[in-house]
Amino acid sequence: MALGQRIRLDIIACDGRGVCAELLPERIELDDWGYPIIDQTPMRGLVLEHARRAVAACPVLALRLEAAT
Amino acid sequence: MTGLTQSLALWYFTRGSGAMSLVMLTLAFALGTPTLLSWGTERFPRLVVQLLHRNVSLLVTVFIGLHVATTVIDGFAPIGWIDVFVPFRAGYRPIWLGLGAVAVDLLLAIIITSLLRVRIGYATWRYVHLLTYAMWPIALMHAIGTGSDARAPWMWWLDGICVAVVIACTAWRIIERRPADDRARLAAVGAIVVVPLLIGAWMVTGPLKATWGHTKHKPAPAVQPVDTTGGTGP
Amino acid sequence: MSVHERAPIAQTTGPVLPRLLTAIGTKYANQAMPLETHRLTYPQPIMPRRHPIESSIKAIEDSGLRGRGGAGFPTGRKLRTVSSGHTRPVVIVNGSEGEPASRKDALLMTRAPHLVLDGALHAAAAIGAREVVVCIERTKRDAISAIELAIHERVQAREAMVPVVVVDLPPKYVAGEETALVHRVNGGDAKPTLTPPRPYEKGVGGRPTLIDNVETLCHVAQIMTWGPSWFRRQGIDDEPGTVLLTLSGAVARQGVCEMPIGMSMNEVLFAAGPTNGVSAVLLGGYYGTWVSGPDTRWVTLDNKCLRQVGSAMGCGAIVVLPTAACGLRETARILTWLAGETAGQCGPCVHGLAAIAEGMTDLSLGRATVETVASLERWGNQVERRGACSFPDGAVRLMRSAMKVFADDVRHHLIHGPCGATRFAPVMNIPTHRELAWR
Repeated sequence: MALGQRIRLDIIACDGRGVCAELLPERIELDDWGYPIIDQTPMRGLVLEHARRAVAACPVLALRLEAAT
Repeated sequence: MTGLTQSLALWYFTRGSGAMSLVMLTLAFALGTPTLLSWGTERFPRLVVQLLHRNVSLLVTVFIGLHVATTVIDGFAPIGWIDVFVPFRAGYRPIWLGLGAVAVDLLLAIIITSLLRVRIGYATWRYVHLLTYAMWPIALMHAIGTGSDARAPWMWWLDGICVAVVIACTAWRIIERRPADDRARLAAVGAIVVVPLLIGAWMVTGPLKATWGHTKHKPAPAVQPVDTTGGTGP
Repeated sequence: MSVHERAPIAQTTGPVLPRLLTAIGTKYANQAMPLETHRLTYPQPIMPRRHPIESSIKAIEDSGLRGRGGAGFPTGRKLRTVSSGHTRPVVIVNGSEGEPASRKDALLMTRAPHLVLDGALHAAAAIGAREVVVCIERTKRDAISAIELAIHERVQAREAMVPVVVVDLPPKYVAGEETALVHRVNGGDAKPTLTPPRPYEKGVGGRPTLIDNVETLCHVAQIMTWGPSWFRRQGIDDEPGTVLLTLSGAVARQGVCEMPIGMSMNEVLFAAGPTNGVSAVLLGGYYGTWVSGPDTRWVTLDNKCLRQVGSAMGCGAIVVLPTAACGLRETARILTWLAGETAGQCGPCVHGLAAIAEGMTDLSLGRATVETVASLERWGNQVERRGACSFPDGAVRLMRSAMKVFADDVRHHLIHGPCGATRFAPVMNIPTHRELAWR
């Protein structure tokens, strides 16, 4: 059974805009300076759908989904 | 309805949808700035601002589609479908109409790259998106140059408000997200001062003069007015 | 990967102690040892073949040599990993030494450039690389000219060797990071890049890249001359060999010395001659950790022992803090400098290090409250492992180490305000020059 997917962050591209945290509060929290702290628990189902939206909504496309190993 | 009345209806629709397009385009532009600045509140989270910008921009295409379609279908002026995309070919006010075609081309590029953002990557998308700063003034000049209502007070107010909104948003953007180097900053500030002045100067010497519109380029109507005073009806 | 037999390693016994420092020699004070003299002791490395040389890689593996740049990664394993790539690898000699408290690499490059080059060429032959790049900070002009002169000497002597080029780096701390080196050699800024892929998979020109510290490669040259058993005669089982230490701070005899790994720190400090007592010792330079005064009396200089007190050898730089100085104040000065040395690419690092430096400065000047201490802890958790490279992790480690070793001082500063030691002249040598360019 597939483990699920998790989010990979390009921290260099990330600009701390915070859209991802609004769309995926289940997995993403912002640190004191607005940058995402991402929970690496694998995602499936509904939360994965939210994750896809968060990835597409990132203003600088700093997020990517990859298979959890 | 006579051919002329039908043509007149389309003509009014063209002008009306043109004015609405300019307003919608301005609104889309204005929403772009808070999107870029990731501005958001509890009531209006960033994702809402982002989605509004996206959806209004897509709505703009509908209005422009109507504007363009009615222009072509209305045979009063010799404008074909190809003139919508290829500028400066039309038989009617080629320059000012051509600017509209340029604006449409730019808008298409911007919309398509935005829809395919995830696939084409951030850098490419961004360079194309910066063309909005060129597209909007071009659309405005098209509106002023071709529009027969340029001297009408309501149009003047409309244009004025739109210009003010665009200048304000651009200024907000420059202040909040200072361009990286001094040269870019100077260029940006220079642009929002110089470009409106240039357009204003052109307007005063051109479209706002009483003789604008009454040029040699006024085409012969494709539909001859029907003599309704007598003879057989339509 | 086919196995090519190599000529057996010379059987004559190598030097006992010192080892690396014999390649410098007192006869050649402030001058590099010339090629002729060097070749009396060290045979010329063989040319790389189309495939890696199994016996050479095995020799380094058997020696148990670990990297001397700070990470302590087993060199033999690194050679094996890089050589198992699909394209021809490249060798980078990491001579950046951005650590202000360390001078060993500069010394080796300036006074024993031929040992450095031999090491690089031995490594190249072992992994089948046909290109060597030596990266040196622009400001270290003596080292650059010594290496360039050494290359020239070999060309004049018609020694067969693969192309060796020198690439200069901006004087920035992070320029010595693996991916930053690769990025600079590839023509970009000397800033770290996102991983994966790591340089050993995809580095210079997209090819597997071996990146080794200058001192590590010097040990390689000696191992290839006298064999792994000779190498193991000094040091301890898990960490054999000798290591170069740079001593500074409140000691009479400052500079570079060579010690077997596992030497007692107390003996080293005693030999260096502390001028004002030993309140604590900064081990591993500004990327390192503090060792408390009492601990310095019993620990040995090897990672196995140092791990027990939450410390590590790092690059072997030792700064002695006198009893009159304030450890928190010195740490604050280092952290402030580190905060200015970020590549500026990652939000948590840029903002986090600035906040931590400010918090530590407030603490050391007696301006802090209990909230500051809690904030420092929170920021440490928010910063570590959240940058593209491990630069911020070092700063967090230093901060935590200071809070632990100087816990009494923390309490004192919170209750009583600034301590008298802030009037003491600063101990840490903080560079004042601020470089702006990244190439």
